Amino acid sequence: MKLSIKDLCFGYNGSLALEDIALDVSEGQIVSLVGPNGAGKSTLLKCIDRILKPNRGSVLVDGRDLARMSGKEISRSMGYVPQSTAEVFPYTVFDIVMMGRRPHIGWRVTQRDISVVAETLRFMGIERFSSRYFDELSGGEKQKIAMARALAQEPKILLLDEPTSNLDILHQLELMKTIERLVRERGISAVMAMHDLNLASRFSHRVVMLKDRMIHEIGPPKEVLTQKNINFVYGVRAEVLVGCDGRPYIIPLEAV
Amino acid sequence: MDISDENTAQEAVSAEGTYLQASWRKAAISLLLLGVLIVVAVLAISLGAASLGAFESFSAVLSWLLPMEEPSQLAQMVVLQLRLPRIIMAVVTGLSLGVAGAAMQGVLRNPLVSPYTLGLSSGAACGAALAIVMGAEGGSYVIVISAFSFSLLTMVIVYSISRMKGTSVETLILAGVAMGYLFSAIISSFKYVSGHEELREIVFWLMGGLYTSRWENLTILVPLVLVLTLAILRYSWDLNALSAGEEVAKSLGIDVGRVRVICLSLASVLTAAVISFTGIIGFIGLVSPHLCRLLVGSDHRYLIPASGLMGALVLLISDTACRTAIQPTEIPVGIVTSFIGVPFFLYLLVRKKRRWWQ
Repeated sequence: MKLSIKDLCFGYNGSLALEDIALDVSEGQIVSLVGPNGAGKSTLLKCIDRILKPNRGSVLVDGRDLARMSGKEISRSMGYVPQSTAEVFPYTVFDIVMMGRRPHIGWRVTQRDISVVAETLRFMGIERFSSRYFDELSGGEKQKIAMARALAQEPKILLLDEPTSNLDILHQLELMKTIERLVRERGISAVMAMHDLNLASRFSHRVVMLKDRMIHEIGPPKEVLTQKNINFVYGVRAEVLVGCDGRPYIIPLEAV
Repeated sequence: MDISDENTAQEAVSAEGTYLQASWRKAAISLLLLGVLIVVAVLAISLGAASLGAFESFSAVLSWLLPMEEPSQLAQMVVLQLRLPRIIMAVVTGLSLGVAGAAMQGVLRNPLVSPYTLGLSSGAACGAALAIVMGAEGGSYVIVISAFSFSLLTMVIVYSISRMKGTSVETLILAGVAMGYLFSAIISSFKYVSGHEELREIVFWLMGGLYTSRWENLTILVPLVLVLTLAILRYSWDLNALSAGEEVAKSLGIDVGRVRVICLSLASVLTAAVISFTGIIGFIGLVSPHLCRLLVGSDHRYLIPASGLMGALVLLISDTACRTAIQPTEIPVGIVTSFIGVPFFLYLLVRKKRRWWQ
């Protein structure tokens, strides 16, 4: 499924948060949104999923304008994984992932819904927690559950808001590998807001660098994650090394 | 390799199996609640101030349903005109408060909310007090209509205030609490200016009770309560999804604003409809959802019906206790619900290891 964003603008109470965003994501791609705090990464993700309604511009999925689709239709093509999840009331892991079936479900849970949830739990490696309560689990496990819920929607596009920000390096790696596998095996496209430039560099096909509500540059990691760009966008002097995979790795040195 | 594959397959089966098992268990607990409710209702028919035995009481009910020998006038009068409508009223009222409580806690994502937090009860009380001060007689429809209208008016005001601030849940709750205080002040001033009889009438109304239960009230309430309860149940999945937060709910295709206003309206009408007949009956709307979360978990498909049944059960037991404990007088039911319910609730709260709300 192809995602294209055209001339998207969004503002909160009069002040603009995103200006003239244009971006195409083709099937099976991982695209990272990077940029300093407040540059508009999370806002852009929410605008893509119509959690926030853009003031201008459009988001198209396979040529269809999301503004003309129902919430249910959108949620069958796109899954959203928030930065952190908090449940007010106690639900088991299975129940939470079952919520991802909401776009497909009437009132009764069908055998297929149960199979999809069980299969998703297995895919994420969390089936052993299925009857545990959400709030008993660690941050890494919670993140997997939130992702499993989005996958249970059977989406073609996955939107992730800083999926690795609360995780240790092992869980970061596992999560990114899972995303890679999804993209490769199921042809899902992933758009992620990322703070960790090295993870973005290592796992993304393309990097979108945002500064002051606008796109500064789009391209493959080694074209975007340059000393010059990092200096300009973050105000940080950095050393950029080339890893054994040919991708840039960044060592931040000092603020300029 | 083979072994690990087998293990994964087994685990997957067990994840599905555990879920199905849990679903059955929740359904069974709900049915059990229904069973207990029916048993208690049947027992309650044979209890009361008039000295009628169980046999006489049941035959009065049966003679009404089936063609058979007529029992005594007294039995017919007491059972059919007093006890039966009152029992049904207790069930309907408790059910409504339990359902409305579960729905409101779910839609506002807040475990401290009850149908009264949004000022609904104070609004109803204010309407009732106004009607009484204006000279309406106790138990008359003028009081009921006034209480109902004021209660819904409160909901509209509270919602409109919260809309000005982007319909945040916090504003909604705070506006409701504030309106509650305002109405309490108005009620106090009514009490201050009212005469002896009126004052007594207002105090009576504020304590709540089911002594005005009559068949003609039930013919209005029963269909209304059933329809509203079913309507709320339809939003079970949306309420489940809302528990993960507005953004996740929206990403699951839910029109959060719409669901919120619809569920709040349904729950408000449900609450307003019963309390405008019974006066204020506290505690049930707040606690019965919590009790049921301990029993069936937080999935609203089970929680809402279970909470309704629990509410009905608690109110029926309390009301039966109030009309039989100190015969021939009655204790206001609001007092008894708290005396029976609070210790039970605190016991569960302390005994259970898990935290059942954040």
